Amino acid sequence: MKMNGAQILVKALEDQGVDVIFGYPGGAVLEIFDALRESSIDFVLVRHEQGGAHAASGYARASGKAGVCLATSGPGATNLVTGIATAYMDSVPLVAITGQVPKAMVGTDAFQEVDITGITSPITKYNYLVQDVKNLPKIVAEAFYIAQSGRPGPVLIDIPRDVSMAVAEYVPYKKVDIRSYKPTLKGHPTMIKNALKLLTQAEKPVICTGGGVISSGAHEEVKKLANLTGAKVVSTMMGLGAFPGNHPDFLGMLGTYGNEAANLAVQNCDCFLALGMRFDDRVVGDPEKFAPRAKIVHIDIDPAEIGKNIAVDIPIVGDIKNVLRDMIAQLKDITPKTNNDDYPHPNVRIEEGLNAPWVLRTLKRIGASKKLIITTDVGQHQLWAAHHLSFNEPRTLISSGGLGTMGYGIPAAIGAQLAHPEKTVVVITGDGSFQMGMPELGTIAELNLPIKIIIFNNGTLGMVRQLQHHYCNKRYTGVFFKKTVDFMHLAKAYGAEGYRIESADEVPKVFKEALENNKFTIIECPIAQEDLVLPIVLAGDGLEKMVFNP
Amino acid sequence: MKHTLAVLVENHPGVLQRVSGLFARRGYNIISLVVSETEDSSISRMTIVVDGDERIIEQVTKQLNKLIDVIKVQDVTNEDTVDRQLLLVRVNADNPAKAEIAQLMDIFRARIVDIGRKSVIVEATGDEEKIEAIIRSLQPFGIQEIVKTGICSMVRGPK
Ligand SMILES: Cc1ncc(C[n+]2csc(CCOP(=O)(O)OP(=O)(O)O)c2C)c(N)n1
Repeated sequence: MKMNGAQILVKALEDQGVDVIFGYPGGAVLEIFDALRESSIDFVLVRHEQGGAHAASGYARASGKAGVCLATSGPGATNLVTGIATAYMDSVPLVAITGQVPKAMVGTDAFQEVDITGITSPITKYNYLVQDVKNLPKIVAEAFYIAQSGRPGPVLIDIPRDVSMAVAEYVPYKKVDIRSYKPTLKGHPTMIKNALKLLTQAEKPVICTGGGVISSGAHEEVKKLANLTGAKVVSTMMGLGAFPGNHPDFLGMLGTYGNEAANLAVQNCDCFLALGMRFDDRVVGDPEKFAPRAKIVHIDIDPAEIGKNIAVDIPIVGDIKNVLRDMIAQLKDITPKTNNDDYPHPNVRIEEGLNAPWVLRTLKRIGASKKLIITTDVGQHQLWAAHHLSFNEPRTLISSGGLGTMGYGIPAAIGAQLAHPEKTVVVITGDGSFQMGMPELGTIAELNLPIKIIIFNNGTLGMVRQLQHHYCNKRYTGVFFKKTVDFMHLAKAYGAEGYRIESADEVPKVFKEALENNKFTIIECPIAQEDLVLPIVLAGDGLEKMVFNP
Repeated sequence: MKHTLAVLVENHPGVLQRVSGLFARRGYNIISLVVSETEDSSISRMTIVVDGDERIIEQVTKQLNKLIDVIKVQDVTNEDTVDRQLLLVRVNADNPAKAEIAQLMDIFRARIVDIGRKSVIVEATGDEEKIEAIIRSLQPFGIQEIVKTGICSMVRGPK
């Protein structure tokens, strides 16, 4: 059957099993929107293209399937950029589709022309400028394959308007085979043997879960391996949920904002097994001082991550689930070890009051019986959420770890909620980040999604204020909001339930109501401006040098 | 230390930009880069000379391999290779000098390919050392302009 390029695109997306697209229209994508009208794919009209990319990313992270966003040429495409970069840094499978001016006008600075393949080349796993309508089915199939295989990531397809209009036969493209792209999935047997030897002989092994464990779906294997080897488990922010947060062997998040138990365990361990992580500066502190006594084993599907930031003793390239299965198979005859090392309890005592740690602990307690997905924005609230909520299953925390993008939490929640209508999606945000993600309140209201947004209102860009506290000798500049938003009026404007918490004793009741009401709800919780995320490891220090009273 | 990488890539538009962008973005130091189609017209071959210690070269190689369009990366630095560069130099030359230059270039198996009123153009191919020696030998005459290609490298067949 003959159809135009836009219809071919939509057909190809349907063939990939796409059920929702987040996007925003414009002149260069008229035909694509026209084709979507007759498609089984749901279209979600966001309020800003960045929200579309983040929503697609939230959908991908909650579901494990590629998320899809769509924008017009020029400003539509550039508005996606932050979302694409966010997905790139966190290895999120995303397919971004942009309209482009007709081929004949490309390169002439035409109205709403921008070189989006050039702009996104460093922040996509791959991108395409479609030259011929006949290539569309192949390109779409490859884009999804590249986005979801190996180390996942965003792929962009830029489609000139005349390609969308050109008529051709739709020939489904079934078998993707890219000769220059063959991810290594099986770990090297010798390396695996060596790693096992280290791990089983270690007295104080530590396993660290990164985001790769979640992408690979290896959470059960991690549990088994930890049990067999008696290892303690720590996690990067991206890896939270890969190992049950409520497991006695879990010590919490490591890093410069890590908790005491996790950091001490890492600095004292004699074998550090890194799973699908990047050893970024927030995770290791000073790389020279990281895990000084440990032999390091690094398993990752991306060979370029191994040895990039930290020299490792045993590199294993492969899919984590595969590699761990191979390891576990060879351990079947050993008796599970226990590890009685005592570390400071990760759940240090917290005083009741309107402080984020206590409020989050209360949320954890009250939400314990529910299936929650937490999304966050970026700032102090994000770190408090990472520490004080418990992520017991994979894909229950959705947060911008690598790029640290404020404005992520609200649109990501939309994607997560659409991927999991049965779960309760809660956004943890600050008054600063909230105002960056605010446009998408309209989308939530329109879709009638029962998302809960908890705003920790400290009247400041708290995280930056904290940095100025540590590094600028408490000189604060450009971090205070002199006019606060009336968030309750705002809730009303969007038809959301609004709660402003005034005292600690209201917290449990408000959370109980909000988690049961099945409605879009905005909760504002005032907290003190001076509160700091503690402990913290300052620049240039090793992880054992945590500061508790700066 | 200088390393020579032989990189096979898909012969698509935009591949050179992806490769050069990668070097710029990650702060790797390209000394020279030569691209041309291979015997298979769907594949191009890049010969990239890059400066860096072992760790950097390992990263360069891995990052190159990570580009979807890159088919194969081979570090040929320690291989037995034939390396060639093309050199064009325009040198000041009055009539007596012309003869002198012609003689001198004979020694290097280079040749004069253009004669102007007061200058000549010399063409030479060779490895880096030879090209440098030629340039040095021409310096006393007064060099007006130099154009060089990057280095092309090919691993020798088994003997
Ligand atoms: C888009 C973007 N701009 C700037 C920053 C730098 N930044 C990091 S945290 C932060 C403050 C966040 O304030 P808020 O959302 O109120 O959260 P809080 O730290 O107070 O909990 C800023 C400005 C960023 N991460 N993202």
